[in-house]
Amino acid sequence: MMNIEEKTFNQDFQFQVPLAPKQTRLQAFWFLFKQNRLAIVGLFIFILFFCSALIGLFLTSGPEPIFDPAMIRLQEKLRPPLAKPNLDSLRPEEVPTLDFYLMGTDDLGRDVFARMLQGAWVSLTVGFVAVGIAVLIGIFMGGIAGYFGQYHIKIDHILLTFILVSGAGLVAVKLIHFGALLLLLGLGHILYSILTKKRSREKAVSSWSAFLSKNAVSVDTLIMRIVDIMLCFPSFFLILTVVALLPASIYNIMIVIGLTSWMGTTRFVRAEFLSLREQDFVAAVKALGVSNFRIIFRHMMPNAVAPVLVSATIGIATAILTEAGLSFLGFGVPPPHATWGNILSDGKRFIFDAPWLTFIPGIAILIVVLSFNLFGEGLRDTLNPRLRERH
Amino acid sequence: MLSFIGRSIVQKIITLFFVSIVSFLIIHLAPGKPSQVDPMNPKFTPEVVERFRKEFHLDKPLHVQYLYFYQDFFTGKTVSWKDNQSVLKKIWERFLNSLPLFIVGTIITWTLSFPIGIRSAIFRGRLYDRSATFISYLLISIPGFFFAYILIIFVVTQFHVPVIGMETFGIGETSMPHIFMDRIWHLLLPSVLGATGGIAVLSRYVRSQMLEVEGQDYIRTARAKGLPPEQVHYKHALRNALLPFVTMFGLILPGLIGGSVIIESIFSWPGMGRMAYEAILARDYPVILTVNFVSAVLVLIGTFISDILYLMVDPRIRL
Repeated sequence: MMNIEEKTFNQDFQFQVPLAPKQTRLQAFWFLFKQNRLAIVGLFIFILFFCSALIGLFLTSGPEPIFDPAMIRLQEKLRPPLAKPNLDSLRPEEVPTLDFYLMGTDDLGRDVFARMLQGAWVSLTVGFVAVGIAVLIGIFMGGIAGYFGQYHIKIDHILLTFILVSGAGLVAVKLIHFGALLLLLGLGHILYSILTKKRSREKAVSSWSAFLSKNAVSVDTLIMRIVDIMLCFPSFFLILTVVALLPASIYNIMIVIGLTSWMGTTRFVRAEFLSLREQDFVAAVKALGVSNFRIIFRHMMPNAVAPVLVSATIGIATAILTEAGLSFLGFGVPPPHATWGNILSDGKRFIFDAPWLTFIPGIAILIVVLSFNLFGEGLRDTLNPRLRERH
Repeated sequence: MLSFIGRSIVQKIITLFFVSIVSFLIIHLAPGKPSQVDPMNPKFTPEVVERFRKEFHLDKPLHVQYLYFYQDFFTGKTVSWKDNQSVLKKIWERFLNSLPLFIVGTIITWTLSFPIGIRSAIFRGRLYDRSATFISYLLISIPGFFFAYILIIFVVTQFHVPVIGMETFGIGETSMPHIFMDRIWHLLLPSVLGATGGIAVLSRYVRSQMLEVEGQDYIRTARAKGLPPEQVHYKHALRNALLPFVTMFGLILPGLIGGSVIIESIFSWPGMGRMAYEAILARDYPVILTVNFVSAVLVLIGTFISDILYLMVDPRIRL
């Protein structure tokens, strides 16, 4: 019965020709994006770089790599690009795979092409993992600040955190008994407050517990102050300090770059959430009784993701530049492994004799970073709602 | 106004306190100790290391070390672990070396990016605008160290002048104009390099501000009145577009101390950035912490100044 009614209802309003062209979000996006020629070039180079980094990883790793980036041929050092190897002086396994040095050789006679392929993967992963970490932290902190920002942290929460942290600290400096006591005290209090949660509302309030449950600081203020504190550090100097103090490894660099660059994302997400929270569709979803978790990730996040995406794309470019700078200064990936930054830094001593050692990695970094920047700016223009209305 | 100033000063002092704690923790909890920098050096016997640790309170618990450090810092008695010199004096000397770089770089940035940005806004979408846009992306994307080497090769092969360091080695006995020109050549490249990123970002920002103002109703009115285009652009639009840039005077302040680690180490320029880099390599904690603290202070003062300037310049903002 319902079905028939619905059909007749629909037929009344059926037009032969649909009023507006049917367009999904993606199609509309692509239509706008296509018009930005620089951004298309950026996207194309980005895909090319992605593929070559992936292929490069396969070709240069493993026990018997096709291009061996670590193969040292001292008799063939500093050969220019496209030079033929001197076959008489090479053992059969030392002959380069392509039969010539596509990008020349460095001061130890290693094939620069193989090293560039190996380095591409490092640049790619550093960019993506560092920005991934930054975006995750940024979305988490910004989401909390924007959505739960009006809640207040009470004084007993601060005391509890203090007890737990100092307890853990004491255990860490080997005052185990005292530390464990504090930890137990804190955990006990949490258990107690969970068990008595339902009754506590009707309890008579003594002056002492009134002081404890006083509002100290709102969640929003707390998170924004943390952002302010992080912004006080000069970023490259901070990264340099931490990377220099930690043991040299590619993972440390990714983590450190990620942990020092989440502040922008946090601010964007918070601002978006603050405005989205007041909109009608969120109020409607709340009235339906949907859980907070689902509201945040299903309904608000898709609407807040545009500025995050843009800043993430440009963040990848910055992370690649930062990693190259660190490698150039001699921190970063330990020596036998090649990155674009340390190829350039090794090559700078031969800048007048072997300029390709400087120019090939330099131009590669330039092109990849440029493509990310152009793509990001194109995204920004396309996702801008003011621009979208015009078409 | 006064209450705003008071509140923000209190807020900034609290922020500074946490910055000092965080930077102290980062440095002291990271693996590796200053006594392990040079384990092969035969002069570092266990007794010497022990004396070192005593002298610099490294054997005390962390919070005591923290109090010791900031007590020394505020009484101006912090000494570098490397050479026992006063840290503030060291920083001051290096700061004076970095200052000319900073000043020339800032002047280049501000004098170039405004004309470029304004012109590209006026000729929006034309060849000039598109090429300016592309070049500014190029300048943002180029790694500083790579660009430095391109410029070095260019200058050295075309003009045959030495550019590394603050002055040519052993130039002492020549005439004044010679020394002067030598100084200029040495100053030029690093400050141009320091300015490139700034020019690119600032000119884009000027362009977008200018475009926003050009879209306003009062600009259309001015055009409709029949005013000449120059007057509309430079008198009506530019004045209003300049407003946000007044506040940026505060925000360039942190650049004073940051310097550029990479550029200063390429050009062997004995400035702040290089000192910080050497301090990191030597695990010279007092120098690292002091540089960090001073730069945090400059960031906070910079944002404070820019807030105040904004209040004074823009009558629409009232607290």
